Amino acid sequence: MAQLIPLGSLGAPTSAETMREALSGGGCSSSSCGSSDGAGDLPPELWDRIKDHPCYSEEAHHYFARMHVAVAPACNIQCNYCNRKYDCANESRPGVVSEKLTPEQALGKVIAVANEVPQFSVLGIAGPGDSAYDWRKTKATFELVSRVIPDVKLCLSSNGLALPDHVDEIAGMNIDHVTLTINMVDPEVGTKIYPWIFHRGKRWTGLDAAKILHERQMESLDLLKARDILVKVNSVMIPGINDEHLIEVNKVVKGKGAFLHNIMPLISDPAHGTHFGLTGQRGPTAMELKALQDRLEDGTKLMRHCRQCRADAVGLLGEDRGQEFNLDLRPEEVVYDPSQRETYREIVAVERGEHVAVRKAASAEVSGLQAGASVLVAVATRGGGRINQHFGHATEFQVYEASAKGVAFIGHRKVEQYCEGGWGEDATLDGVIAALEGVTVVLCAKIGDCPKDSLTAAGIEATDEHAYDWIEAGIAAWYAARYAPAEQLLTA
Amino acid sequence: MAYKIIASQCTGCSACEFECPNAAIRMKGDIFVIDPNKCTECEGQFDSPQCAAVCPVPKTCVPA
Ligand code: SF4
Ligand code: SF4
Repeated sequence: MAQLIPLGSLGAPTSAETMREALSGGGCSSSSCGSSDGAGDLPPELWDRIKDHPCYSEEAHHYFARMHVAVAPACNIQCNYCNRKYDCANESRPGVVSEKLTPEQALGKVIAVANEVPQFSVLGIAGPGDSAYDWRKTKATFELVSRVIPDVKLCLSSNGLALPDHVDEIAGMNIDHVTLTINMVDPEVGTKIYPWIFHRGKRWTGLDAAKILHERQMESLDLLKARDILVKVNSVMIPGINDEHLIEVNKVVKGKGAFLHNIMPLISDPAHGTHFGLTGQRGPTAMELKALQDRLEDGTKLMRHCRQCRADAVGLLGEDRGQEFNLDLRPEEVVYDPSQRETYREIVAVERGEHVAVRKAASAEVSGLQAGASVLVAVATRGGGRINQHFGHATEFQVYEASAKGVAFIGHRKVEQYCEGGWGEDATLDGVIAALEGVTVVLCAKIGDCPKDSLTAAGIEATDEHAYDWIEAGIAAWYAARYAPAEQLLTA
Repeated sequence: MAYKIIASQCTGCSACEFECPNAAIRMKGDIFVIDPNKCTECEGQFDSPQCAAVCPVPKTCVPA
């Protein structure tokens, strides 16, 4: 997975210079313009709280990494899209992890990662299981880690059923981000998603179960809001069950103060052995997902860069270095060394200033063209905000929309790696083309003639002309070249 | 009068250990086992055995 790691040299970065080079992914680097506005329409206090959080800030996910540790495996509800027995190393889905750690083992792993990955900024506990239900282990882990790395951000995910019982402890621990998974605000819909819950010493089923879960989820939202803890809501989009209903969910959670609402597609396969997998319930297509997200655009800010990382994922969103650190580390044998993270932060502060300025300029350029065309642009990137990945090495493409509104990130498309060892497999290229449905152009650092021709035949343009540019700048340049001449001809 | 865990089905999630009112359940390797001397089947404490009520895998916490 080495080519997925944006900062190629980060295995053992030796100097600030190496990091800086790795970060730009090429050579070109102009001077920073110093603007710090990346917040879009978020209030400044909120931007300040989330700006280094890769799961919440689309801008930050280019630079900062989160790590999840699986320390809380016990769960208090059953979801139809989850099978607790299933644990496969080839799978990247929430709730699926390959190791369970004790709080002490988790501390060892966190220190090892913090020493190796200077982008590390967020520690999350997201399952499998429910971090608020298995609260003793969640709490113990957070306490151990904050003692050693005081500046780490802590966050947890929960279904909300047990959360009201611990909300004061959560507030007391300075956990300022909580993710709630809320798939419905109507218990009737809930009955199709949750076969049972365990609450107050009893297993509840049917409408009773869904009602209790719904009430506790709403209570969780209110209690967290009252304590000024940021809440993100995750919803799994299940076609035919809650897809239309998620519009209602969006209204309700926004009304209760959630600052982000993230719609995730159901991932369903009979081989997973989940209820939905076995009943043939399908997940949404990329375009269905986008259509729903577009309809919610004016609601709570949507998080489109979420990649449904594994619960024990390590790294920048989208890459998964968890396997590299599956060592049996004992905390007394690893010593935390904060120096690399500090150096990295200084460099990133400068790079981000430039990136933010470039993004603004690019959006202004595109909307200024008044070309009217709205196109989807897919970008191959290893991170750092630049077009810096070979087409054949991309395991996913970042998709941006260039339109009269400017350049906006709208999501990512995962693909199977097309190039293994330098030459492509046609079968996989077909998969890539399918994944790029609706996309007009692919921007990458390099692309061979053969895949380029195949893409052209499929009606998708591909170019490496903007290699190593900032993503938004490359998109703006491509867009201008494509649409400006026509415009000028008209006015000439 | 005791419950037992079908070892081959246990995911090791620890929910039963968490809920058992009598500390009758402990980890053994990757899975969990019930100490029949401590298990009361939750008689007089709950309407139903807590381990069976919380376990995510059907028919895994069963009467011994
Ligand atoms: S039946 Fe009750 S007492 Fe026995 S192991 Fe299960 S939870 Fe514990
Ligand atoms: S609740 Fe069930 S699956 Fe979980 S540890 Fe106990 S017996 Fe195993």
